[in-house]
Amino acid sequence: MTAIAGVEYVGLKALRGPLAFIDAVPGLSFHDQVELTAPDGTVRAGRVLSISEKAAVVEIFGPTDGLKLGNTRLRFEGSPLRLGVGRELLGRTFDGLGRPRDDLPPPLVVEERAIEGVVINPCRREYPRDFLETGISAIDLLTSVVLGQKIPIFTEAGFPHDTLALQIVQQARAPGVEHFAIVFAALGLPRSVALRYEEAFRTSGALSRMVAFMNLADDPAAERLITPRCALTAAEYLAFDCGMHVLVILHDITNYGESLREVSAARGEVPSRKGYPGYLYSDLASIFERAGRIKGRAGSLTQIPIVTMPSGDITHPIPDLTGYVTEGQIVLDRGLERRGIYPPIAVLPSLSRLMSDGIGAGRTREDHEDAARQLYAACARVERARSLESIIGRDELSEGERRYLQFGELFETTFLRQDPNQARSIEDTLSLAWTLFAELPVSDLTRLSPPLVARYLEAKR
Amino acid sequence: MTRDATEPAGRLIEVSGAVVRARCGVPVALAEVVWVGDERLIGEVIALDGDIATMQVYEETEGLCVGAPIAASGGPLSVTLGPGLLGSVFDGVQRPLDRLALSQGDFLGRGQHLEPLATDRLWEFRPTAAAGSTVVGGDALGTVSETPALEHHVLVPPMVGGTLVDVVPQGSYSASDVLGHVQAASGDRVDVRLVQRWRVRAPRPFRHHLPATTPLLTGQRVLDTFFPLACGSAAGMPGGFGTGKTVMQHQLCRWAQADVIVFVGCGERGNELTEMLWKLPDLVDPRSGRPLAERTILIANTSNMPVPAREASIYTGVTIAEYYRDMGYHVLLLADSTSRWAEALREISGRLGEIPAEEGYPSYLSSRLAAFYERAGRVVTLGGREGSVSIISAISPAGGDLTEPVTRHTQRFTGCFWTLDKKLAEARVFPAVSVEDSYSTVSIDLERWWHDEVSPEWAARRREALKLLEHAGQLRNTARLVGEETLPDRQRLVIRVAELFEEGFLRQSAYDVKDASCSPARQMRLLSLLLEFYHRGLDALDRGVPVRELFGLPIVAALARASSAFGDDQIAELDRLGTVLVEQCGAAARSEPDAA
Ligand SMILES: Nc1ncnc2c1ncn2[C@@H]1O[C@H](COP(=O)(O)OP(=O)(O)O)[C@@H](O)[C@H]1O
Ligand SMILES: [Mg+2]
Repeated sequence: MTAIAGVEYVGLKALRGPLAFIDAVPGLSFHDQVELTAPDGTVRAGRVLSISEKAAVVEIFGPTDGLKLGNTRLRFEGSPLRLGVGRELLGRTFDGLGRPRDDLPPPLVVEERAIEGVVINPCRREYPRDFLETGISAIDLLTSVVLGQKIPIFTEAGFPHDTLALQIVQQARAPGVEHFAIVFAALGLPRSVALRYEEAFRTSGALSRMVAFMNLADDPAAERLITPRCALTAAEYLAFDCGMHVLVILHDITNYGESLREVSAARGEVPSRKGYPGYLYSDLASIFERAGRIKGRAGSLTQIPIVTMPSGDITHPIPDLTGYVTEGQIVLDRGLERRGIYPPIAVLPSLSRLMSDGIGAGRTREDHEDAARQLYAACARVERARSLESIIGRDELSEGERRYLQFGELFETTFLRQDPNQARSIEDTLSLAWTLFAELPVSDLTRLSPPLVARYLEAKR
Repeated sequence: MTRDATEPAGRLIEVSGAVVRARCGVPVALAEVVWVGDERLIGEVIALDGDIATMQVYEETEGLCVGAPIAASGGPLSVTLGPGLLGSVFDGVQRPLDRLALSQGDFLGRGQHLEPLATDRLWEFRPTAAAGSTVVGGDALGTVSETPALEHHVLVPPMVGGTLVDVVPQGSYSASDVLGHVQAASGDRVDVRLVQRWRVRAPRPFRHHLPATTPLLTGQRVLDTFFPLACGSAAGMPGGFGTGKTVMQHQLCRWAQADVIVFVGCGERGNELTEMLWKLPDLVDPRSGRPLAERTILIANTSNMPVPAREASIYTGVTIAEYYRDMGYHVLLLADSTSRWAEALREISGRLGEIPAEEGYPSYLSSRLAAFYERAGRVVTLGGREGSVSIISAISPAGGDLTEPVTRHTQRFTGCFWTLDKKLAEARVFPAVSVEDSYSTVSIDLERWWHDEVSPEWAARRREALKLLEHAGQLRNTARLVGEETLPDRQRLVIRVAELFEEGFLRQSAYDVKDASCSPARQMRLLSLLLEFYHRGLDALDRGVPVRELFGLPIVAALARASSAFGDDQIAELDRLGTVLVEQCGAAARSEPDAA
């Protein structure tokens, strides 16, 4: 904290969107926290975006409508934005800036931490490879998640992504992990969706081991840039200081990206793609890279961000850059969702980059890798047969192609489809996969090693 | 960089993100390194206007205030070169991350400066030059065994030359020690140390270029056989997210036949570096029998580390690569990904308020890319050795769109283009190198090498296979409209053999212990086997064997699995498959009732 802490200052020079322009204040530092009091006594938080000899720019987290230039008072904290952390955060709900939202007194905190976080030295990271069982077959077998991974759900408006996120939260299991702590950040969610989450957390009894940060759709855009950072500061404390295994749900990253664009435009910055600032990638990275594990520390921080693809377009800058910077993605599909299949996970575009070192004998089961590869291969043939069918019609298909159409249906109805309350163990999931393989000619099972075929397939025949 | 506490050269007048401005009482130079604020964050001067200097800061600038001091270092951004680089991990401005982890713990602090190379480590130096002799830049004073597999030549720095006044006797010396003195004709006397410094943005000089004649073998069939890279050339590898750029870069880091590998993790994930740090020490370099980590230098400026340092990282990497080249080594620089480097350039340009050209990138993007790729080359060094720097860079095109600026410009400056295809990757066909959209302009220059070292038939086989794959691509488009069953048998054979090629040759899993790398001899043998099957298949068709029956032969499944069933040391097994192939195809043809 610097000498400026507690200094007050009156009057703004200009206001533009969420930005307030003020005269230079000696001793003010870049990214310092500011408290702004309007003439009517309402208080807003803010932070310094740039400083120069003549002026400073303050970003205001709160509605700026109705603010006047004169008579607005600014108080400088002399430090960057911080969040108080402690075990008492568990069970609490905060607003997007980390202030209690549940009518309870502020929690007891052990430390104030800068919300920007600190960069983990890559040499001190532990490579994540402990299997996290979600109980969802399509994820556990084909896009296996490990503790400390960051893997977004790519979805579209109206899809059951929140059901899926809740199912993962509720069913998550890992050897040696009693309970996961949950950190939930609502980023610009409509009230109805936020309520659904809150209700689900309450009924599942998860509330006592979770922390929520709520920035709703009508909360200010600038505040939305702070919310995930508060959530991750809390999550890092629980994971790396308290040794807990933490699941972080960030919903919805697309709203976050849009806020970034809004604030960037107000700052008059040069845009790159679709009006998004050139630093969108680095900014997203500063959120997602906070997932992981650290050598010699017990906990883990796993992130499951939810990304709505605008108009279902996976090449839109937000899903695109999220895809580049995270460790895979779980893609939900319109066709499956229309056909009423839950979870509507599209196998082929989904991916887990950390899968190969997290599965197999001693982690999941010896046949996991081969079974996954065989299922991908079969799904790729289903896909090819379907696109052929749509052009030349079913009658013109070869016998082999027709067989894959049938296989596709069987796969979707017996393997993919799953009740939102049903948790399948990885053994059950693998067993389902072998049942499917029994439907294919042995000559097509090129991805399965002969000893595995002997062991698992014969049992099915 | 000297780090003496001097009078502040100036004071900050503006801070907004990674770019700051200062009014300087003492003139600073463009590109000079400065220390910013009380914490002495590393910065570099990127623009001068009167007494106002604009600087990019290589560390997080949160908490800087107007009036904070600026100290000038007196020199440009440079790297420290000497023994101890191999096996180290640095950030984009050569801070030693591995040693910082020991002294600072799990998180990267600010203003934490450590010498890039440990000063307390002693190296056994053996002089090879004699006092009194005449030396020029690039001549060796002596050597140090940096690793059991690599002799580190201590070179007279470029631009220095004259009489070697003295050289120390054999013994142990540290990074700060002077090993000899050179008296120039001008009378200047220059210290030659165990380590030297070189500014990262200036290429290290050499005598002259050599033409591309030898391949840089990667162990990856689709690359070595179809789209080969020459030692000393550059390749671009574009691909959307999840298409396998990073896995390929890691594969190359393991299996490429280079003496030294510099891997630059430029704006990508921290875990990817962690994975390397975890796996490389256990992998053995087949050529030296030593752990692969010993030939590797990692530069990690991950996506969440300061953006200006990301911009610097590829220059830091390529300068280190040139340094080993100058000792007469073949060095491979891997950069993952240059798109993130270009974005760093864009971000800084935006902060400077420059007028953008396309998609927000500055107009000098292409000249910067050109300057970078031009640092690749096979050369005769100043000291008269042959050495090379090859560059392979991953490109992450926005939205997977290959017409975006970074991809397009890279294409102009690299001779090899390995395009990774989203559709292949989704179908889990790895490596997802698209045969249609990739090329190598140097394959002709390498034919001689393959002819002499592997097989006189390489060039012809390669061409035939490429033609077959291309033909199959066209036929598949037709089949998509009319159904494959309606095509004549000879055409269906082409399609099916192409599929067999994909399965048995192009596909190569990075996780397959036997097949992760493939020797030229095995590549040639697999190529020949598959073509042999095509030829025999054509014969069999002529004798009336239907395609379906041909592909029902057990040999087909064996060919599909051959690449992962038999490793580099099992070529004899492949020969045996060749015999079986001839037998089975012959038998099928003979059993046909209307066989001639
Ligand atoms: N050569 C390969 N062999 C096997 N699997 C691969 C290969 N290349 C890519 N993959 C798979 O694809 C995933 C994504 O690859 P990655 O290199 O991380 O993509 P990118 O860097 O292009 O985003 C990997 O996690 C792995 O599962
Ligand atoms: Mg990558």
